[in-house]
Amino acid sequence: MGMHDKHATEHAHHELGFVRKYIFSTDHKVIGVQYLITAMAMAIVGGVLSMLMRLQLAFPSQMLPSMGSIMPDAFAGGIMKPEFYASLVTMHGTIMVFFLFTAVLTGGFGNFLIPLQIGARDMAFPFLNALSYWIFLLSCIVIFAALFVAGGGPLGGWTSYAPLSAVEAFGPGQGLGMTLWITAIALFTASGLMGGLNYVTTILTMRTKGMSMMRLPLTQWSLLITAILGLLAFPVLLAAGILLIFDRTGGTSFFVPAGLITADMKLVQHAGGHPLLWQHLFWFFGHPEVYIVILPAMGMASDILSTFCRKPIFSYRMMVYSMAAIAILSFIVWGHHMFVSGMSPFLGSVFTLTTLLIAVPSAVKTFNWLGTVWGARIRFTAAGLFAIGFVSLFVSGGLSGIFLGTSAADIQLQDTYFVVAHFHLVMAIAPLFAAFGGLYYWFPKMFGRFMNETLGKIHFWLSFVGVYCVFFPMHIIGIGGQMRRLYDPTQYDFLKSQQGVNVFISISAFILFAAQFIFLANFLFSIFAGRRVTEKNPWHATTLEWTVPSPTGHGNFGEELPTVYRWPFDFSLPGAKEDFVPQDVAPVAATGRK
Amino acid sequence: MLDFWVVCAAYAAVASLSPTQEGIEMADGTGPGRITLSGIVFGLSMLVLIVVSLYYFIGQPYWFPALTSTHGGQIDQVFGAVLLVTGIAFIVVQGMLGYFVARYGSQGTERAAYWHDNPKAEAILLIGTAVILTVLVFMGQRVWANIYFADRPANALVIEVVGQQFSWNFRYAGADGQFGKIDPKFISGTDAFGLDPSDPTGKDDIISTNEVHVINGRPALFRLRSNDVIHSFFLPNARVKQDAVPGMQIDIWYTPDTQNSERNAFEVACAELCGLAHYRMRGFMTVDPNEGELDKWFKEIKQ
Repeated sequence: MGMHDKHATEHAHHELGFVRKYIFSTDHKVIGVQYLITAMAMAIVGGVLSMLMRLQLAFPSQMLPSMGSIMPDAFAGGIMKPEFYASLVTMHGTIMVFFLFTAVLTGGFGNFLIPLQIGARDMAFPFLNALSYWIFLLSCIVIFAALFVAGGGPLGGWTSYAPLSAVEAFGPGQGLGMTLWITAIALFTASGLMGGLNYVTTILTMRTKGMSMMRLPLTQWSLLITAILGLLAFPVLLAAGILLIFDRTGGTSFFVPAGLITADMKLVQHAGGHPLLWQHLFWFFGHPEVYIVILPAMGMASDILSTFCRKPIFSYRMMVYSMAAIAILSFIVWGHHMFVSGMSPFLGSVFTLTTLLIAVPSAVKTFNWLGTVWGARIRFTAAGLFAIGFVSLFVSGGLSGIFLGTSAADIQLQDTYFVVAHFHLVMAIAPLFAAFGGLYYWFPKMFGRFMNETLGKIHFWLSFVGVYCVFFPMHIIGIGGQMRRLYDPTQYDFLKSQQGVNVFISISAFILFAAQFIFLANFLFSIFAGRRVTEKNPWHATTLEWTVPSPTGHGNFGEELPTVYRWPFDFSLPGAKEDFVPQDVAPVAATGRK
Repeated sequence: MLDFWVVCAAYAAVASLSPTQEGIEMADGTGPGRITLSGIVFGLSMLVLIVVSLYYFIGQPYWFPALTSTHGGQIDQVFGAVLLVTGIAFIVVQGMLGYFVARYGSQGTERAAYWHDNPKAEAILLIGTAVILTVLVFMGQRVWANIYFADRPANALVIEVVGQQFSWNFRYAGADGQFGKIDPKFISGTDAFGLDPSDPTGKDDIISTNEVHVINGRPALFRLRSNDVIHSFFLPNARVKQDAVPGMQIDIWYTPDTQNSERNAFEVACAELCGLAHYRMRGFMTVDPNEGELDKWFKEIKQ
């Protein structure tokens, strides 16, 4: 460590040119911000796609001549084509799950925060870190291109079930579009593995003096556990993707059985494969992936919540243990996505049991957040509000998971909007709120300026009411039976009576989406013209990133690395002069937890 | 639509009119904090969320499609049990969150309580949650077992179902009670099953596209296959859903029961995204009152 410190300190004094400093940088902070901004660009793409979907769902197959002139290929005669709708479904899901949430939470916040919060000068492998970002950027370009190729984007959903994904003849987007999808996912996986190796190594080996594991901020615990999940889950997806490529181009039959017929009555030349194999491989990755998104959100929300409650997080130990329990259990619940897939119903019983087991540590975390707010002295900043909003949304989204995890109830609810409502709230909107909280909170450390608080609060309230107006009614139409990924629900008589709810959801979604531009304008404007940060620790927080200048240079810390004396939650410590005691303050008068 | 936004704005207005009240500061921080605008608005938001949820889940202005099967009542009961448990948890947790946020605000100087562990409370909550969830698992699994681990009924009306982009195809054995041999090489635009013309037992098979009849009170057994991609055979009224997977043959059965419905015609949906015209993969089911009506329909098809 000593050698490394010295080397890195020298590095800090070495002036780099613009390109090395801000573009091909190996500084974890620059890479983190690159991830954040790239993922935000992808979020805009994914968001626009969802707005097009909501347009079609509220006003199915109506003439929209203006859309027809903007996108003549997608709107035949001004009416959205069904295959375009299916490709929207696929691309929205893929972009949001991988290229927004996974990237922003682990790539963005992970990179930015890990060395700063554990007291290290950079990641263990800075070059690998930079390489991880550039491969991620490449994968973004490839997935974006899939929207514009001949035949359009792939139309099998983000889950890309075989044989729809394995045989080109089964749909217009299943040729080049699907190939690009697999390529992008493979690149993303490679990038994620590089990042994951880095995070695990850095957190385990580069913590500063005194930073024991049980003194890590919960953000760090969540990132460590997430990185381990990623290292175990992503290779399975990569392997599945490679097998799928073999099926598509190499004449193998991993996922395609014999005797399939195309629309023009030609026999498909495959034999011996099994479609459920893809589902098992995909969900063996896919369910841990859900936690790859939600765990960092939990960690960040916990730290931000505690900071603005001015109160220690309730039951730090249980927070750590429950995250670990969730991570382990996340590998044995994947079958709850497959209750009616044709998998043995005996397995359905087993997966119901494991799925409801995983609800226990999730409930523990909820109780602990409530315990943190109880008796707090809340400072209502935009960041704090988003952390509180996270808790409410996680609870709403989590509880509906119990219906879906109960196999008997899932028979009716599987593949309906009830599922859409559940996973959006719990693994998209709740993490989105944590990410917004994180952006408002760490923005001063990233750019040396504040985001505008008033705009931040307006953004919070519009978003909070907006997401409930969009996603809560989806439970209702899901109970009514509306299938997900459905181009036109009014085709079915039994769904016609609830079409008004679809209109309500769509209008709410348009308002919600528009409100995000308040954030975007605030973010971009504040980078250049926000109120300057004059102190190292504007939020009166306790973790190590707040002991360095805002922003801090390459190498993060000054001549000497900080020494840690306490856990990260000494807020309102009795006897202490201030209502917070940073981790690097030695215990003299103030005691608190070690 | 605008109601929610108007109500939210009204909260803000009401809260801003009410004077800021100073709570009693206690040394351990357990006394009430300050009443803040943000806290009140958040607390009231949670109240509105709870009230609106109660209206939609108890008033049920939109709910499950009318039930038309004997086993479906059990599925709805499991849903109801889970709804009761999660509904109480939802109200308690969102209510507490809203209350705490409204009550424990600050204006930047006060200190919070310094406590962060309570092993006894944690243990009670952990074990309590585990017990409640275990009860739900067993309740749900009893129903699951009733549906999936039951013996197949001897007197079932057997119907072969083949999903293909983008239609549902149905086959009955006909008068001889035997299905004719099939082979993919005989599949054509008019025959999704591929009936072998050399097999005499197939001559009287009844084949229908997007239209299926079952008999009220007599178990119907569906033998599901697919010719191309994965489809999902969804009978929303009967609470039946099963994927049709290429390369697999999956049997499911249920007993139609239309006593809760004024109609006897229902829709068959595809619930798994199966390609560009997935949304048009829609069939129709008629629940005939007796065998005679079914035979009548068979005769219509044969003509």
